[in-house]
Amino acid sequence: MLIRRPTDIASSEITPEDVYFNRRKFIRAAAAGAAGLALAPSALTAATEESPQEIPARFQNLRSELDERLNSYEDITTYNNFYEFGTDKSDPARNSGDFNPRPWTVEISGHCNKPGNYQLEDFLAPHRLEDRVYRLRCVEAWSMVIPWRGFPLADLVRRAEPTGDAKFIEFRTVVRPEEMPGQRANILPWPYVEGLRMDEAMNPLTLLVTGVYGLDLPNQNGAPLRLVIPWKYGFKGIKSIVSIRFVEEMPVNTWQESNSYEYGFYANVNPEVDHPRWSQARERRLPGLFRNRETLMFNGYGEQVAHMYAGMDLARWK
Amino acid sequence: MTSKRTIVALKVVLWLGALAPGAWLVTGIFRGWLGANPIETLTHVTGMTTLVLLLLTLSVTPVRRLTGWNPVIRLRRPFGLFAFFYALCHFSIWFVFDMVFNVGWMLQDIAERPYITVGMAAFLILMPMALTSTRGWIRRLGRKWSTLHKGIYVAATLGVVHFYWLVKADTRLPVLLGACLLVLLGLRVPGVTGRLSRRQATRGGSAAAAGDTRPREGAASLSGSSAP
Repeated sequence: MLIRRPTDIASSEITPEDVYFNRRKFIRAAAAGAAGLALAPSALTAATEESPQEIPARFQNLRSELDERLNSYEDITTYNNFYEFGTDKSDPARNSGDFNPRPWTVEISGHCNKPGNYQLEDFLAPHRLEDRVYRLRCVEAWSMVIPWRGFPLADLVRRAEPTGDAKFIEFRTVVRPEEMPGQRANILPWPYVEGLRMDEAMNPLTLLVTGVYGLDLPNQNGAPLRLVIPWKYGFKGIKSIVSIRFVEEMPVNTWQESNSYEYGFYANVNPEVDHPRWSQARERRLPGLFRNRETLMFNGYGEQVAHMYAGMDLARWK
Repeated sequence: MTSKRTIVALKVVLWLGALAPGAWLVTGIFRGWLGANPIETLTHVTGMTTLVLLLLTLSVTPVRRLTGWNPVIRLRRPFGLFAFFYALCHFSIWFVFDMVFNVGWMLQDIAERPYITVGMAAFLILMPMALTSTRGWIRRLGRKWSTLHKGIYVAATLGVVHFYWLVKADTRLPVLLGACLLVLLGLRVPGVTGRLSRRQATRGGSAAAAGDTRPREGAASLSGSSAP
């Protein structure tokens, strides 16, 4: 892979802006070519540009790199696990109407040279958004194919200039019980917390997402800013992010805190390691009816990510 | 006569109520109400309906004992059979769409996933009960019939445990169902209903009914069926 491991990134090593932009182009070119990871319908736009109101025509016959059809916008935006708005899959679409994703502030903190509170517009301004079609595999054994819109988390990480003490990144969801009815009950310990190891964060597949189908993210999908890590179970994709913190210790993510017997930190899609309550060998590709699709190791992204876990016992580090 | 008419009315309500979830699901399939994952919706609604109907089945006898109104027992069999009907739908949906007719996968899941193990056990307990619910079987089995049908205590408990074990975080609903089940089982502890209804009687309730609120096994039901 083209991306260096986190251990290679010393605190003294700060990439100048022009270099990292060039590196991004390099990565993207490589990705679109040999690695075949991204399927971006080459729709790079400046983050500051207004999103369209209707789904652009270029999505009509778009497929994944495995020639999979996209799920409909309706399915993607009405079937969500976002417990802040309720535990039923239809709750987020139904209960998120009062949520205000603007104005929005993101705090960058911890072991980095550029901490601060950023207005969302300023936070996004330096980045160019691109569309990427990814499979989403939920830990509940269903899956979808979704055209996200966002930019690599790696770009943000470089901009924040983490120091050598930064081994992990911890993300937090906003806490607004007055706008998020699910947070009024102690279903999970709020706020929702997720984390990534530094090399996982730097992997070019890891996206900070602001949209779907070329449109701004709807509230139920994690507006205005969420994470998408396509080789991990969906719950790693933390939504409505307000805090990005560079830390030394492995963060305890919410599901692990809630039930450490069933959920771990890594949550890599792995057909060989079953969840205690259901098999992960197969999945139901929505809107299909049968749960008969073989689940792929790392959700089919092994070529891009398997090297990060070389030598790790993935049954133990679930 | 009034009693008979009341029972008929109650049965009509029971049938309409019990068929409603199924009618909603079937209509939903054709109208596309069931969302992006209709199989999940079908599974959840049939499972939930089974549990509610099992609890309703279990509430018939306490209601009879507390009110002393014996004809209510005639609602027990239809409640129980509807519960089994939804359990059968629940199982079939899982076997067809989740296990894709693969018996090997099914056995593996039953063996490895505790919530499926208990769910399947509950279903297997209900099956002979449903099959022996006719008058002929009640007569043929005699005492054994009532022993066999005490299986509902186990089946309902396993059903609630099945639900509790499968939810990921929000256990409020299964806990609520569990509490209802505990109350219904608690009312069966010898002496509890007797005391409750006697107290009601002394407060000037239906004094006539309070005399013998715990009839002997097999005495109450018109169809000859008895406890549970």
